[in-house]
Amino acid sequence: MPKVTIDGKEIEVEAGANLIEAARRLGIEIPHYCYHPGLSIAGQCRLCMVDIDKAPRPTIACNTLAADGMVVHTETDRVKETRRSIMEFHLINHPLDCPVCDQAGECWLQIYYMKHGLYDPRMTDEKVHKPKAVPLGPHVMLDAERCILCSRCVRFCDEITGTGELGIFSRGDRSEIGLFPGQDLENNYSGNVVDICPVGALTDRDFRFQVRVWYLDTTKSICPGCARGCNIDVHVNRKRPHHAGGRRVARLKPRFNDAVNAWWICDVGRYGFGSVDDESRIRFARQRGQDLTRDDALGLVIAALRDHAPDEIAILASADLANEDLFALRRLAEHRGIRQVAFRVPPATPAADDDFLLRADRHPNSRGAEIIGLDGDAAAILARCRAGSIKVLWVIGHDITAAGWPARDVADALEHVGSIIYTGTNDNGTSALATLVLPLAAWVERDGTFTNFLGRVQRFRAAVEPLGDALAGWDLFGRVLGALGGPVAGGRAELWFRELARTVPAFDGLSYQSIGDGGAMLAGAAPTTAPEPPARRANAAASVAEVSR
Amino acid sequence: MKAAQRFYLREVISGLLLTGHHFFANMGKHLAHAFGRRDARGAVTIQYPEERRPLAPRLRSLHRLVRREDGSPRCVACMMCETVCPARCIYIVADEHPNPDIEKMPARFDIDLGKCVFCGFCVEACPEDAIRMDTGILEFSSYSRRGMIYTKEMLMALEPAGPNGVPRSPVPIPADRVV
Repeated sequence: MPKVTIDGKEIEVEAGANLIEAARRLGIEIPHYCYHPGLSIAGQCRLCMVDIDKAPRPTIACNTLAADGMVVHTETDRVKETRRSIMEFHLINHPLDCPVCDQAGECWLQIYYMKHGLYDPRMTDEKVHKPKAVPLGPHVMLDAERCILCSRCVRFCDEITGTGELGIFSRGDRSEIGLFPGQDLENNYSGNVVDICPVGALTDRDFRFQVRVWYLDTTKSICPGCARGCNIDVHVNRKRPHHAGGRRVARLKPRFNDAVNAWWICDVGRYGFGSVDDESRIRFARQRGQDLTRDDALGLVIAALRDHAPDEIAILASADLANEDLFALRRLAEHRGIRQVAFRVPPATPAADDDFLLRADRHPNSRGAEIIGLDGDAAAILARCRAGSIKVLWVIGHDITAAGWPARDVADALEHVGSIIYTGTNDNGTSALATLVLPLAAWVERDGTFTNFLGRVQRFRAAVEPLGDALAGWDLFGRVLGALGGPVAGGRAELWFRELARTVPAFDGLSYQSIGDGGAMLAGAAPTTAPEPPARRANAAASVAEVSR
Repeated sequence: MKAAQRFYLREVISGLLLTGHHFFANMGKHLAHAFGRRDARGAVTIQYPEERRPLAPRLRSLHRLVRREDGSPRCVACMMCETVCPARCIYIVADEHPNPDIEKMPARFDIDLGKCVFCGFCVEACPEDAIRMDTGILEFSSYSRRGMIYTKEMLMALEPAGPNGVPRSPVPIPADRVV
C-alpha cells in the first residue's frame, strides 16, 4: 500500500488510488472538473494540477496514481498560478449568463472562480457563440456556450449506459457537445448527465426555471420508484411557495451509496415524484364525498373493524408503505384476528427490469411486506369479495380498478363488499368507489424505512409537512389499534421500528442508529454492492470472449 | 407632572399664546413684505401638490421595471432581488423567453409595497439593471393590502423622473381602485 505525503500530511492509500482521492481522504480538496470517481479518467480540464517533488512541472492529480514516498504539494504559488490561468482559460468563452442559468448557486465555475480564480479578465475579443437552449432529449437541455468540454457526459453515455448518444464535435474553441445524428438522449439514465455536469451546460428540463437552487432544502431519502431503493436527496422548496407552481418537491438527486446505486438513479425514479404535489392528493377524510374530521373518520374505521367478524374483513396493504406502517398494520390484523391480508396486487401492465438499477417491482418495500408477514393471496381475497363473504375491504394505496385483474371481476367484487375503506396518498379509481377515504402522508412527508429487494433496510426522512389531515401509515394504524385496545408502540416512527426489530427476527439488532445514512442489511442477508453498469458488463463480456477466442 | 401642569387650563392657554404669537408675527412679516419691506420674511409653505420640494437625485422612490427596446422587460427573472429583499416583498415567477439568447423572463413580477422598506437592495443586486427606484413617485396608497401589490405591467409602465425630480408618470392606480 503506497504511502504518500500531501501538504505535509502522510496517508496510506490502496494501490491504484489517484492523488485526488488520496487528498480527499486527508480533507484536502484538489479542484477538478473532468474527474469523476464513477467514470474513466480523461485529463481534459487540467485544473487538478499539483506539484510533486522531483517532478519538473505541475502534474494533473487525477491521472497520477499515489506512489510510495510521493511528496505532493497542493498549495504552492506555482499550483495557485496554474489554477488561476486554467480558470481564466475555461472562462474565456463562457457567456457569464449566470442570471438565467439554472446551475447558478451550485456551479463549479462559480465556486472555483471564487476559490481559485479571482483574476482580472484579459479577454477583449468577441466570445465564441454556440447553440443555446437545445433540448437533447426529454429531460436534458444543452447550452453549448456554458460547456467547458470536460466530457463527463460523453463518458457517462459511453461507460455507464453504453448508449453513446453524446460526442464532442468540431475543433478548438468551436468544439461543442452534441448528439450523434439521428440520436436523442433518451436512455433511462439521461438525468444523471445533469448531475455530473459541473457547469450549466446540461440542465434539467423538468426543473428548468422552477426554483433557484439556493431556495432548496435537502433531505436524505430513498427513492420509492422501485424495489432497488436508490439513495436520494429530496430537494424541497419551502422558502418561496409561489415558485414552481406551488409544488413543494422540486427535484430528486442521487445520493452516493456504494452498496445500492453508487452515484446514479434512473429517470423513472428521478421524475416520479409528481404525485406528491399533485391535484389528486387526498387532504381530508371523506365519507361518500362528504368531508369528515380525522377523528370521525378514524371512529368509523374503528367501528367497522370492531363490529365485523375477523373473517368478514380483508386488508389489501401496499408495498409502498414503510416497514413501520406494515408492522403497525400487522399488529392491527393480529389484534383483531384478521387473516385476510395481502399486498401483492398485479399491475395492469407488468413492468420490466432494465439492465441497470430499475426493477420490475415498482414498489419500494415488497421485501419488507413479505418479511413482516403480510404476503397473503390478494386474488383469493377478491374471490371472497365476489362470493359476498367480505363485508369490509380496506384498500391501502392500490387502485384495484386499474390492476391486472379482469375489470368485471373487480367491479363484481366491489359491488358485493359492504363498505370499502380506501387509505392512500392520491385519489384513484378505487377511492372514487370507496365509502370511506382517509388520507395518508406521502413518503417525503414522514419518517420511515424501506427494505429493498436484496434485504437492505434504508431510512428516509420527512422533508415537508403532511398535507391536510394526512397521517403516516404507522400513525393511522396505530391510532386504530390503540382505540381497539391493542399494543401501540408509540408516537414516533422510530419506536415502531424498535418494536419491529424486537418482534420480527429478520430485523433483529437493527435500529435507526445502526441503519444510519447508508442502510443496513437484514439479519442473514448478504452484503450488497451497486450493480455493474451495463456498458462495463458488456465490455467485460467482450474481453472474456476475446480471451477465449 | 407638576400640579400646575395637571391643571390643564393653564397649559392650554400657554399653547394658544405660543401659536398666536407665531401666527400674528408671521402675518406681520408677510404684510410688511407685501408693503415693500423686502427684508421681512415670514415662514413659507410649499403649495403641495401643485408645488413640490426638489428631490435628491439618489432618492429611492417607487420602483420601475426597465423595458427593452421591444417593450419587453429587461428582467430575466434571476431572483437576485427576490433573494436579497429583506422584506420579502418581491414575488417573481419565471417563464421561458422565446429568444434563446435571452432565455428567461418574468411571467409575474409583483412588489408588495405594503411590505417594501425602500432599502434599494433590489436595485443594487440586479445584474441586468432591470429594476430602478428613480420614478420620483412617493405617493402611492390603497384602501386595501391587496391594492399595495404592484404588478409587472404597472411597474413596466413607469418612466424615470425628470431632471428636477418631478415624476413623469402618473401614480399607478391599484387594481382595486379602478372604477
